[in-house]
This record gives sequence, C-alpha cells and structure tokens, in this order.
Amino acid sequence: MTKVIKLKRGFDINLKGKAENTVSEASMPKTFALKPTDFLDVTRPKVLVEEGETVKAGTPLVYDKKHSRIMLTSPVSGEVVEVKRGKKRKLLEVVILADSEQVYEEYPRYSVSELNNLTREQVEEQMLKSGVWPQLVQRPYGLFADPEEAPKAIHVSGFDTHPLAPDYDVLFKGQEQYFQAGIDVLKKLTPGTIHLNVAADREINAAFGNAQGVQINKFSGPHPAGNPGVQIHHLDPVNRGDIVWTIRPFGVIQIGKLFLEGKYDASRIVALAGSEVEKPQYYKTYQGAKIESITKGKLTNDHVRYISGNVLTGTKVNPDSYLGYYDDLISVIPEGDNYELLGWIKPTRNKLSYHRAFGLLSFLNPNKEYVLSTNMQGEERAFVQTGTFESVMPMDILPTHLIKAIMAEDYDDMESLGIYEVIEEDMALCEFVDVSKHDIQAILREGLDLMKNS
Amino acid sequence: MKALRNLLDKQKPLFEKGGKFEKFYYLYEAGDTFLFTPNHTTKPKGVHVRDAVDLKRMMMTVVIAMIPALLFGMWNMGHQHFLAIGQEADFWTKFFLGAKLVLPIVIVAYAAGGAIEALFAVVRKHPINEGFLVTGMLIPLCMPVTIPLWQVALATVFAVVIAKEVFGGTGMNVLNVALTARAFLYFAYPSDISGEVWTYLGDATPIDGYSGATALAIAAEEGLANTEMAVTGAWSEFWAPFFTFKQMFLGSIPGSIGETSTVMALVGAVILILTGVGSWKIILSVFAGAYLTGLGFDALGGNAFLNMPAHYHLVIGGLAFGAVFMATDPVSAAHTEKGKWIYGLLIGVLTVIIRVTNPAYPEGIMLAILLMNVFAPLIDYNVIAANKKRRLKRATV
Repeated sequence: MTKVIKLKRGFDINLKGKAENTVSEASMPKTFALKPTDFLDVTRPKVLVEEGETVKAGTPLVYDKKHSRIMLTSPVSGEVVEVKRGKKRKLLEVVILADSEQVYEEYPRYSVSELNNLTREQVEEQMLKSGVWPQLVQRPYGLFADPEEAPKAIHVSGFDTHPLAPDYDVLFKGQEQYFQAGIDVLKKLTPGTIHLNVAADREINAAFGNAQGVQINKFSGPHPAGNPGVQIHHLDPVNRGDIVWTIRPFGVIQIGKLFLEGKYDASRIVALAGSEVEKPQYYKTYQGAKIESITKGKLTNDHVRYISGNVLTGTKVNPDSYLGYYDDLISVIPEGDNYELLGWIKPTRNKLSYHRAFGLLSFLNPNKEYVLSTNMQGEERAFVQTGTFESVMPMDILPTHLIKAIMAEDYDDMESLGIYEVIEEDMALCEFVDVSKHDIQAILREGLDLMKNS
Repeated sequence: MKALRNLLDKQKPLFEKGGKFEKFYYLYEAGDTFLFTPNHTTKPKGVHVRDAVDLKRMMMTVVIAMIPALLFGMWNMGHQHFLAIGQEADFWTKFFLGAKLVLPIVIVAYAAGGAIEALFAVVRKHPINEGFLVTGMLIPLCMPVTIPLWQVALATVFAVVIAKEVFGGTGMNVLNVALTARAFLYFAYPSDISGEVWTYLGDATPIDGYSGATALAIAAEEGLANTEMAVTGAWSEFWAPFFTFKQMFLGSIPGSIGETSTVMALVGAVILILTGVGSWKIILSVFAGAYLTGLGFDALGGNAFLNMPAHYHLVIGGLAFGAVFMATDPVSAAHTEKGKWIYGLLIGVLTVIIRVTNPAYPEGIMLAILLMNVFAPLIDYNVIAANKKRRLKRATV
C-alpha cells in the first residue's frame, strides 16, 4: 500500500541557476582525492598506502581505527601522489593521479538470481571491503552504519528538495537494473522494510518506478520534504534504542554495480549550478573529482563561493579542492563580503526572505528565482523570534526548545525533545530563517556529539 | 556612500582591540551596523545563504506598526485639549499641539533607553540590543500626555535595567519592558498616571462639567447600560455623546497617548500580522478571551459595570493596544504555538476580571499581561511536556 504524506510546513529556496537537463563529459581531471573529512566518524584514520604506490579503483586507502572493517577506497585507479595533512597532522586528502584507462579492483560478481541466495555475511564483507559501505548512514547521529547492527528499516529518499538540487531523472537514467540489484542486496541487511520515498506531485523516476521489494511512500510539500529525516519521522520514527539506516539512490546503484559487475564504480553525474555559472548543467565525472575540472571556464565571475553540495548543508571548497563523497552537486554563488548601505531596512525586491517583513508582496511572484550571496544579512543576536523554526520544520518536534536544551547541555531534554530524529540537514532551514543568525546546524552537532559520547 | 564607508573604516582601528577608544567598540559597532549591513559572510560549513531579515529589521517593523497609533495619538491629544477648554481648532492646530506634547516624551524615552543600552553595552561588552527601538516607542504610547518628563526618563531607566538588562538583555527578559515602565509609574507615582491626568490643559481652565476621566473610569464608577453610555452626573452629560461604541472604536477619547484608538491598534495589528512579526494567535485570543469573559459577566450581572455589553470591553481602555503591541512581544510571551493561544486567552480573561472586580483601578490589561508574562514559561512547560509525552509513548526501550 502506497502511503501519501502531505507536508505543509517548510520553505523552498528558489535560487537562480538550476541545471539544465544536458549532460556533458567533464574534462577528466588529472587528480582525484578521497577526503576522510567527508565522514564525521573518521577521527583516528589509518592510511594504508604510501605516496608513489599504484592503486586500482576500489583499493582501500584509509580506514578509521574505531571502525576497522569499514574501508574507504580509491575512486579511480592511478598513483598515490600526496597524502595531505593539516594542522596537528590531521589527515585531509589522499590524492590520486588518475590513469587514463581505469583499472578496477576485482570483487565477486553475481547474476541477478544469485543475489537472492547471498548471505548477510557475504554481502557485508564485500560492501565493507570495497568502499560502498559508507553510503549507508545510520540514524541517530548520521554516522557510518554499524555493521554489527541490523536496522529496523532502511530509507531511500528518491528526490531532493534542496535549493538547486539535481534532477534524479538525469542522474540515474538507465540505472534500473543496478538500483534493483542494490535493493536486493540491502534486503539482506535488515529484517525490516526498505522504504523508497518519492515525490507525490511528479512522475516516479524510471529507475525507481519498477523497484521490487520496497515499500513506496509518496511525499508532497516544500523542502525539507525530500530529507530522509523528515520522511522517517512520518513513516517509522526513530526512538531511543532504534537504529535506522538511510542511503542515497546513488549508493544503492553503486552497491548494485558492485555485485552485478564486481567493481567499485565511482563514476557519477554531477550538477554544476548556481547564479554564477554561465550555463548550469550536468557533467559526467567521478567521485572525488577536482572541482576545477568541472568549473573552470564556466563561471561568469571569479568572486564566488564554491560549495560541494547544496547551499544549505554543503561545504565551502576551493577550486583546487575535491568533490565530497556524498555530493552530486557543485553550487557556485556570489561571495557576499561587501557592505550595503542601510541594507537591513532598504526596500528591495531582490532579497529572499521567509519572513514577510521583507518582500511583503513576494507571494505575488512565487516562482521568482533569486540570486543570493553568502552575506550573513545581519549580526548574531539572542533568540527573539518564536514560531518560525516550527513553521519550517514539518515534524512534531519543537526545534527552538531542542536547540536551547542543547545549549544548556540538558541530556534528558535533548532526548525527550527528539534529538535522535534529526541531523544537520533536517534543521538547516531553521538556520536559514533565524533572524538572530545562530549556527543551528553546528549547535545540533554539538548536541549529537554530547548524546553519542554520554 | 563610498566616502561614508571610508570614513567609518578609517575610524575602526581606534575602536578595535588596542585602539584609543577600545572600550567604546560596541558604540562604534552599533553606528556602523546601523548604516551598513556588515560584510560578514557565512561559515564554510552550514548554510551558505541567509534570510534577508535580521533582528534590526524585525524590531523596526514593530516601530513602523506603531506609527499610526503615534500619529493618531498626537492629533487626539490636541483634540482633547481643545475639547476640554471648549475651543474650536482645525486639524493641524490640534496635531501640532499634540506633537509638541508627545514628541518630547518620545525623545526622552529614546534618549534614556539609549543611554542605558549604551552604558550596559560598554560595561558588559555586548552589542547594543535593538529591543530598545521598540521599547522607546512603546513607553510613550502607554503614558498620559501630562506625564512629567523626568518620570518618563526614570521609568525607562528602571524598566530597561530591572526588566531587561538584569536578565541579560533583549531576548532574555521575563517581563515586557514597556509595561514594566508603566507599572513602575503606576505604583511609584500613582497620582500622575491615574485619575484626571489624560488631557493636557496647559494654563487654560476647563469648561464647566469637564472631567479628564477615561471611559473605563466612568464605566467603573457609573456603569454602562444597554448599548450606549447612560452616565449620570453633571460632567458626564458633557461626555455622554463621546463615549459611544463608535467613538471609543475610533479613539477620540481621553486616555494614554497611543492606546485610545482601537482602529489604529488594528492597523498596527494588520502590519504586524502581514509582515509575520506579531503572532495573530495571541492578538486574536486576547480579544476572544476578553469578549467571552465579558459575555459571561454580562450574563452573571451584578452591578452596572458587570452588565456592560461584552463588545465594549474590546474597544474601551487599552485592550486593543495591549493585545497588539504588548502581548505579542515574542520574548515575554509564550514561545510555543499552542502556548500562544492559551497565553492570549488568559490575558483577555484576566483583563476583564481585573476590570470589573477591581474597585481601585479599572484598567486590567497591564496587570494581566505582566501576570501572564510570569506564567508564560509555565504554559510552555506544559506544552513541551505534552510533546515529550507523545514521543515517549512510542518509545520501545
């Protein structure tokens, strides 16, 4: 039975520069990198390779000592040219100089019918070793899925409602069989249901439409309707002691390929979008690609911010940095380090606000696309405004009070106000609309760390 | 613009760490950020774009919403003066006389509040709280026009220090700051804020039969019957035609500067609700609470004031002004959405109870809001507890 859940609360940030539905080959960058900093869990990394060593796509490069079975592997084949470290020798990147012809680490391959006969141990072993395991993210806390656990459900969100989000129809065109194989494999990992959550107001993506063995649920409403956290809340909430896993469709497809073809395939389609991109569109590349290889010569000006991911939850990167493990979008927006005379009160139609105190008549033009810069639009103040966080969070959670409980380090309140159900992306909109300009996501992570380590 | 920016940038080092005026950094910052939205950018992780509204904009919207009440108040104060002395005057004469009386009060409130804010910002090294933009306007609007200016200054200082700064500034206060100022005067200098203080007479003598009492005071003393005021006594004959429902709705009656006109409060309410700054739930529930309680007392009967038709409660006194501008203060009101309904409703209920059962002071909205300010955290506590309980119910471990 398909469930349809209508969400009213939330807010769509309509930015200029959405990617057009054309896919080009990005110029193959010379270097790729695995960035352990993409993973919250990697705190004691152990590097398995040395500079100068040759690796194949799918060769383990790094693991974390706390999770010694979960390997982080090379996205491409080539030579390890640099193990880059930062302050206090923090491991930042393992950089690979790519071969022109890709060579893959060989893993056992199975036919579609054989997939059903695999045991959990076989599945686990292959996923852990090959580098696809980190695609599984565990709730609560949004960390690596623990291979020792069996989650009560696995959730796949089949659409993305973030600003400038790539269209999954473009990203996963023609990947039906891999998606299905991925689902078949994931079924070995949970005794519960695999939920595939899709948008109610549009046609189901071909890659997902015929999926077997999943519970399809439909969601409608503004962002964050596409966030797994919101979907889980409405379908099968995370309570104390519960474990739920989430995975992006790309991860499911990557797992499917691993088992059907026996290789760790990190190739992906990435959207280059944002107001500062001349022709926003999609590019074929690999996970961990150098940002420059995709953006060079395609921007309208150079005073910009490059973001690996979307503008709500992504990470600022330099052009000579690398694409994040989970990211299928590079957003380029203007850097807003300029002063604006009376900017806080000046009437203008070019600023976007959830609050009607700015742009009172903006409802007349709901489809208007905005160019937003990285300016803070004000200074940090104490919490004053009430009720707005609640109105952009379509969950039965009181975000203001949860944040205050975290600031007070009140463990009982954090737990009873629902901290297990959220990770940063679920509260990103609260951070956007906050008139007092707090770093809500960072505060939430502090709370999650407190709970995890308590 | 560029010259101004350069000038500010040139002064900046003087106020920064190690500069000559290091202590006054936050005064510089207040001026700088008032003139220019700063060049701060978002962090490398987290949201990269921010909503255009900041606290300054929000507070300024409240000030804008109060301007109709202020302008009307200026005219009305002049209008009342000429009525009391029995002279005819045109619109602008009334307005300018009112402005001459009201503006000094506004300036004193802003100056006193601003000075205290600046002092605390310098001593405690925190940015200047924008909250005083609103407080500085609210205080004059809930004062009688005859209030001595030194009392305005004293009340403002008292309110900002005791009701706000001791709690940590804007966002931390338990009580509504402006109402604290008014309550301070009410208890410290009652003779200057109650009785016949609502009309400026100047050196002129009032006409025979004139009384400066407010509609509420008359209602409490004499009672209101049926739909129109049927007040007795020599002076009330003069006033009788003025205290009709329509007149009280429009607001050309004696009272505090900004609170006599229900219609101007409603204009403010429309601005606050349309801009999303004020909570419509609170405004609506205050009116609903007052009306329902009025109906209840009406049915119960007793004395003439209890019998006053319920809808009179909505236009008489400062209920509308309090509901729109005081009760909706987001910091001292209930913070949860369900809590806001309860909070507003109880303010309305309490206002009418205080009005009709308190023989000493017929206006109840001030005390009702201050009382509910204190109870707002308790309301929130229960709403939050219900949310926790729901979550706990489905827990398995």
